[in-house]
Amino acid sequence: MKEKITLLQNEIEEKLKNVTNLETLNELKVNYLSKKGPVSELTNSLRDLSIEEKKEFGKIITDFKNDVYSKFEELKNKFELEELNKKLESEKIDISMPGMDIPSGSPSIVEKVVEEAEEFFISLGYDVLEGPEIELDKYNFEMLNLPKDHPARDAQDTYYLKDEEILLRSQTSPVQVRTMLKGEGKEPIRMICPGKTYRREDINATHEQEFTQIEGLVIDKKISLSDLKGTFDAFIKHTFGKEVEARFRPSYYPFTEPSVEMDMSCIYCDGSGCSMCKPKGWITICGGGMVHPNVLKMCGYDPEEWQGFAFGMAAERIAMLKYNMTDMRSMHENDLRETKNFDRKEVK
Amino acid sequence: MISMNFVKDYIDLENENLEELADKVTKAGINVEHVIKTNIDNVVVGKVLSCIDHPDSDHLHVCQVDVGTDTRQIVCGAPNVREGIKVLVALPGAKLPKMEIKKGSIRGEESNGMICALCELGLEEENEENYNKGIHILDDDAPVGVDAFNYLGIGDTLYDLDIHKHKNNDCRYHIGFAYEIGTILGKKVKLPEANYSEVKENINDVFNLKVDTENCTYYKSKVVTDLEVGESPEFIKNRLAACGMRSINNIVDISNYVMLEYGQPLHFFDKDKLGNNILVRMANEGEKVITLDEQERDLTKDDIVITDGNKVVAIGGIMGALNTDVDNNTKTVLIESAIFNPANIRKTARRLNLRSEASLRYEKGLDFEYTDAALDRACYLLEKYAKGKVLSGKAEYDNVDKREKKIGFTTEKVNSLLGLELTSIDIETELNKLDFKYEKNDNKFIVTIPRRRLDIEENVNDIAEEIGRLYGYHNLKNTLPELPTKEGKYEHAILFRKNISKRMRSLGLNETRTYTLVDEKTSNMFYKDRETILVPNPMSKDRSVLRKTMIPSMIDAFKYNKSRGLKDINIYETSKVFYNDFEEENHLAVLLYGNYISSLWQGKVIKNDFYVLKGIITNLFDYLGLKNRYSFVESTEESLHPGISADIYLDRKKVGFFGRIHPIIEKSEVYVMELSINDLDVKTKDIKYKPASKLPNIKKDIAFVMPLSMKNEDVIKVIKHAGGRLLTDISVFDLYVGENIGEGNKSIAYSLTFEDLNRTLTDEEVMSVFNNIINEVETKLNIKLRSI
Repeated sequence: MKEKITLLQNEIEEKLKNVTNLETLNELKVNYLSKKGPVSELTNSLRDLSIEEKKEFGKIITDFKNDVYSKFEELKNKFELEELNKKLESEKIDISMPGMDIPSGSPSIVEKVVEEAEEFFISLGYDVLEGPEIELDKYNFEMLNLPKDHPARDAQDTYYLKDEEILLRSQTSPVQVRTMLKGEGKEPIRMICPGKTYRREDINATHEQEFTQIEGLVIDKKISLSDLKGTFDAFIKHTFGKEVEARFRPSYYPFTEPSVEMDMSCIYCDGSGCSMCKPKGWITICGGGMVHPNVLKMCGYDPEEWQGFAFGMAAERIAMLKYNMTDMRSMHENDLRETKNFDRKEVK
Repeated sequence: MISMNFVKDYIDLENENLEELADKVTKAGINVEHVIKTNIDNVVVGKVLSCIDHPDSDHLHVCQVDVGTDTRQIVCGAPNVREGIKVLVALPGAKLPKMEIKKGSIRGEESNGMICALCELGLEEENEENYNKGIHILDDDAPVGVDAFNYLGIGDTLYDLDIHKHKNNDCRYHIGFAYEIGTILGKKVKLPEANYSEVKENINDVFNLKVDTENCTYYKSKVVTDLEVGESPEFIKNRLAACGMRSINNIVDISNYVMLEYGQPLHFFDKDKLGNNILVRMANEGEKVITLDEQERDLTKDDIVITDGNKVVAIGGIMGALNTDVDNNTKTVLIESAIFNPANIRKTARRLNLRSEASLRYEKGLDFEYTDAALDRACYLLEKYAKGKVLSGKAEYDNVDKREKKIGFTTEKVNSLLGLELTSIDIETELNKLDFKYEKNDNKFIVTIPRRRLDIEENVNDIAEEIGRLYGYHNLKNTLPELPTKEGKYEHAILFRKNISKRMRSLGLNETRTYTLVDEKTSNMFYKDRETILVPNPMSKDRSVLRKTMIPSMIDAFKYNKSRGLKDINIYETSKVFYNDFEEENHLAVLLYGNYISSLWQGKVIKNDFYVLKGIITNLFDYLGLKNRYSFVESTEESLHPGISADIYLDRKKVGFFGRIHPIIEKSEVYVMELSINDLDVKTKDIKYKPASKLPNIKKDIAFVMPLSMKNEDVIKVIKHAGGRLLTDISVFDLYVGENIGEGNKSIAYSLTFEDLNRTLTDEEVMSVFNNIINEVETKLNIKLRSI
């Protein structure tokens, strides 16, 4: 019996050695391990033995069977893995082919600049407000200390729609007026009012008839020009990076007093002067100052008690500086090959 | 433009570096944009010691030239160069208008400079005639080695001021600017000489002045006789030229010169032409005058005119009339030094398009003290440079407000406005520099503003500005307002619009920014029932109306991109539109062209069509919480394809439309949508959690054959009704038109989902509902189940 088992074992092992694929392994399995195969026969032959012999050979046969089965299983796993690997190999793709163009839209360049400014000012507690684009002369000029016949009106060529009373707003400042009137001289104000404005002037690389202002107004009891400078400084650092510096120069606007031009250190040169900066080493991007006491009075705030600052800049100008654009008009062309680059979130 | 040679007459600038001074002026609040030197460095007076012919040229000369510091060899090609003459020598490093001088050699001979012609130094026009004159030969007594421009008396430094950024009157005339510099340097200003002798005859014996309008508040005049018209002295010519004015003759030049000094425009009438009367009044409507530029001008009742009692002899503050102009034969002048209402001057100048140096100054307002001073200064100059005799007395009218401006303020308020910590002593220091008189009581100041500073108003902010700019804005700290913390918020309407905008981007559409002002031609493409707002005074035809629809602008953007080769153009914009009686509304517009999704090599392409756009719209509406409240109705918009267009309704109100643009308007397959954002901003229900069924659902597919004209919507309505509570979802999964189902028919296949939240449905239950659906659809709609 023992010899029989050993013989069979040798025979199977010999055969298994020559097996190279799953198919021949399965044939071999059928030959040896099927119900009528030699391994089963061994088990069957136990029936004719005595109880003691059954005990003795039963264990040997079981061990033998387990051994054979596991050898078959082992080989089967090996061949299956080989086959899988071969299949995977055949499925290999060219990963350098382009990925699918998942649709995603970009904001307009102006909207991107405006949204980033809004994020900044909202983080400082400013509300974002808006007003009509067709305005009254009263709100666009008169209540901003620009009575009819004021010489400074010449600087802004305005689109009047009806007589000299209704116009396309030449600035977003009327939103400030409306906000102050709503505050009735009692409510502190902290707001920005980005929006479209209109000027009746010739279009060129740096002037548009329609452009976007980002204006802001803060009214409270102790707001100072230094607060405006700090706010402006933080804003340009947020927008252009930590290394830029703010500088104020005296200026004149009818609605602020003192008035300032707000400069940012040139981002294109080391301060020694280049084609982008004027005056040398600096770029003027914002105007503003302390709200004129006449404006406060007209809008219902007592200048003895309240004071504040106001500022304004053009989103298009910020965009041109930030993204190194040379022609403002390109922003209205909406060339998708250009705007596509702005479908991006920058974290600074 | 400020000439510093001019300014030097009134303030000592002997040891000042004018470049550095310009920086100081800028820091103190007056922007000096450019410092222009009219002289060129490294050009000196030289003497030609010897002059021999160049060995290798038929016209060049080799000269040894004494330039003061040394003698150097210079090659010169001018025919008139010779030994012994004094010449202008540009040394290496000199930057001439056309070239920079460098050491070098010309045909083998060393040359260390250039002997110049006037035109080469920019002192004469560069033309053939001037060039042929050759080099400029100086007088024999010219001192060798000195700066040539100083020697010629034409070296000046000009400050180009960014003047429209200042209301500070001081920037508009040289004495005023001297005061500014005095403030900065702590120096005093001395006014120019104005003492002249008068003859016995008094102006008031021979002359009558009457002012008959409140728009002239101050009018002073003197008469100067025995004038000799001639050329102006060099310094007057040079200074006028530096300030951009042309020299005419000594008389006219003096009036301009005084204006540049005091900022007070003067007008000289030829008294012999004028007669013995002046009447200042408002013009009569339609009155005419021929001005100095020989143009006939029509006047209105808003124009101030100077008359001889009858005819107009000048438009006040704007320009004189030809009938009384100063000419070469003028012997006697009447000098007018006056103040007119700035608003009138501005209006008239603008209407007549006559903005002159004079009118610009009148528009800013004038100080009567300088009106007097300018008059005297003019008399002095006419006496000195035109041999005039000045009649005693003045013809005068005086109705000017002489009240002094006083501002009371505290140190605290100034500090609070500027965010500084100045002491009262600091403030005193700045006020002293400004030469403002003040009284001080503890921390309270009362300041009297000098009359010449018409720009300063009576409020503390104006004083804070003066102090702040002198103290220096670079001393301001960077502080943030100390305010209570609060949430910064978008106004609701802005947030609503931005949410829509962001949703459009996440759906793959690119934002455009197009003009609000558009061409009238296309403005009626949609919203024909609304009136277009015309811009009364447009710059151009293509920007002549306010748009009431955005689609024409979107089509322009589409065309721009298409012509640049883009194949897939998916864009949107949110913007205001305007209509009727100046009403405005926020709109959203979308344009789709080409593919919505395109991965061509993979064969995955979703071409834009009506249903892509409809999907975008329903996605947006669902996003806004409007599910089940909107519907679509076949559109009657004339500018859309009649068969491929729909109106969008929300709660039974039309809020917009979409579809393919009518091929008459645009041949390409372009889909557009426009709707009112305002109309979408309605109250919506809050989001509520709805648990999904944990139990298996049962899906059944079904298809019906129906006429092409039948609407899917109508079939779904019947299915829904028949399906009842257990039918939880209906989706269309196929549309078929073609063989097997008969011509004029289509088949729509639906996938129906049945489920119950609380129990597993039995097949029998579902089959009974399913059969009921088939039954109802077949009988109610008279269509057939498609046998599969």
